[in-house]
Amino acid sequence: MKHIQLSHGGGGEEMDVLIRDLFYRHFSNEILLRSEDAAVLEVNGKIAFTTDSYTVTPLFFNGGDMGKIAVAGTLNDLAMMGARPLYLSCAFIIEEGLPYETLERIVVSMKDELAKSGAKIVCGDTKVVPKGSVDQLFINTSGIGEVVLSALSAHHLQQDDIIIVSRDIGAHGACILASREGIELQSALSSDCATLWPVVEALISENISIRAMRDATRGGLSAVLNEWAISSDVCIELEEKNIPICDEVRGICELLGMEPYDFANEGTFILAIDPCDALRAIEILHRFSMSSNAAIIGNVTSHKAGRVILRSAWGSTRYLERPKGELLPRIC
Amino acid sequence: MQDDKALFDIFRHPQTIQALSRKIYQEALKLSQPLKIMEVCGGHTHTIMKYGLKQLLPDTIEFIHGPGCPVCIMPKERIDQAIDLARMRNTILLTLGDMIRVPGSESSLVEERARGCDIRPLYSPMDALKIAAENPTKKVIFFAIGFETTTPMTAALILRADNEKLHNLFFHINHVLVPPAVHAIMDDPQNRIDAFIGPSHVSVITGSKIYEPIAKQYETPVVVSGFEPVDVMEGILQIIAQKNENRSEVEVQYSRAVTRDGNHKAQAMIEQTMNVRDTFRWRGLGDIEHSALQLGENYAHLDAEAVFSQFLSNEPIDDHKLCICGSILKGLAKPNDCTVFGTACTPNSPLGSCMVSSEGSCNAYYRYGNVV
Repeated sequence: MKHIQLSHGGGGEEMDVLIRDLFYRHFSNEILLRSEDAAVLEVNGKIAFTTDSYTVTPLFFNGGDMGKIAVAGTLNDLAMMGARPLYLSCAFIIEEGLPYETLERIVVSMKDELAKSGAKIVCGDTKVVPKGSVDQLFINTSGIGEVVLSALSAHHLQQDDIIIVSRDIGAHGACILASREGIELQSALSSDCATLWPVVEALISENISIRAMRDATRGGLSAVLNEWAISSDVCIELEEKNIPICDEVRGICELLGMEPYDFANEGTFILAIDPCDALRAIEILHRFSMSSNAAIIGNVTSHKAGRVILRSAWGSTRYLERPKGELLPRIC
Repeated sequence: MQDDKALFDIFRHPQTIQALSRKIYQEALKLSQPLKIMEVCGGHTHTIMKYGLKQLLPDTIEFIHGPGCPVCIMPKERIDQAIDLARMRNTILLTLGDMIRVPGSESSLVEERARGCDIRPLYSPMDALKIAAENPTKKVIFFAIGFETTTPMTAALILRADNEKLHNLFFHINHVLVPPAVHAIMDDPQNRIDAFIGPSHVSVITGSKIYEPIAKQYETPVVVSGFEPVDVMEGILQIIAQKNENRSEVEVQYSRAVTRDGNHKAQAMIEQTMNVRDTFRWRGLGDIEHSALQLGENYAHLDAEAVFSQFLSNEPIDDHKLCICGSILKGLAKPNDCTVFGTACTPNSPLGSCMVSSEGSCNAYYRYGNVV
């Protein structure tokens, strides 16, 4: 079985073999293996429920692949709502002709990522579509988590709250951009793609007073902070020099005339914290390698409600705007 | 500062910027009247806005945002031509950066791409060679834009395409020239410009000498500056010094790469492949004689304007009648003097040239205008 064929999605024997040899083998758990029409789940109390579809070119990149993102991304959405990730669904839409080996690499990567939180894939779906109908592979995952910390919300920011970013920003976006056809920069840059639950769990178990958390995926830091400023009707003021950005990301931004604040991340989150707990939160974040350079980047004020203001190291200010349109390099 | 820090850190050094700010405040006290400086290039507008430089300067220094944004000044009829070309069968249209967003009379390249046209923004013009070689049955058309800075890349591409005998790569040339646009602005008797900041990257190619007639004829200092905040602040300081000493000369702040004569090889490649058009229409400024380039006669077989002329609309299209971009570009009005600014004309649906690109002055005012 070298390439995925239309028959692998046809509902017959070939599909059955694919499901057993690949998906059941790697995602193995009692609920999935029951092979019922729907998974029946035990959940206590409030649950969080989310879904996301994943498309990324290239499928494999430095620091991750589409499978890793498809698991970490959905788990992170749960974690950001203070929910312990428990169960995932997983649907594959596969382009006819995809090498079996490619699919297996992605499935194994998903399995490895699941192990970091203990969440399970309990139901799934496989479709194979004719060549040209999708770009190699699309994955959708939905997730259910048990809410451990409620009342997290983009609406809950208060004056004097401290804004923290969990690590240097923009690594994923810059990494994908650098590997894109037509740019092909050589760099050691690696995507930040990671499951955030372990560090979120530590923050919750040590009773950090978190007002809001958000993983800064598409739209990056600027999208998250603008959304918070509008939802909570507050001003967020940032010290530009305190925002961690690695040299490779800065370099790519300089070359292409882009801003790291707009770049997507896949394992970086922003927190709004009660000022009394900010230093303790940083100390906890620094214990984990995925957030070892977490930093306080700003605070919440009443200066210009609904806006995010960036302060330069030389004392000037400007608005940090939400990214608009396609990210395109400047011409000169 | 550590040695392994990025090169640009030196030019964004907070203490240096603050020291320049203090020095400018001191020197500006000696000015006999407020100073209106046109930064010709959109890249400088971007630097001034992005780094908040206006906030570090006394009120007596005013910026007038010039016409040097190749995307902003592109007239609608040229964008319509790009769309006409993209709509031809078996065609791949290539262009640079945010050109694809700019609206023509009815559509934009982004919209046409969504409708199924094969339109690709390039990072490097040289990628056109690969695309043309990989698609021998298709017409590949490079919609070339930019000032003197980007023209040599197109010239190099033309020479390579010709050398490699690529029969399916064509060029639609929209390269424009800085000095004629500056003359057009200064020749308006109402203009109020006292000095210019010239873009360093243009002069890396052309040399600083292209501004000598301007400095002399209009008695305006011209300082060719780099694009980092320290560069721009230093350039402003040099302009103030010239004013205080009653000089109007061309000076080069960006001495790390600009000479008086520029890059001879690049100039020769441009001369070999292109010549000056009789006239070209600038969005906001109207028709300006000898202000743009076209493919040379030896390359007529690669010229999309000639080869595909039967597909191209050629009606001049006026700017929106309420738009005052022309006055803004001459320093006669500010973006918020315009009745449609921020209402009918926004970055998402621009009516005029200055709102089109992030480097246009209306766009910059819309985004950054209210801060602090």
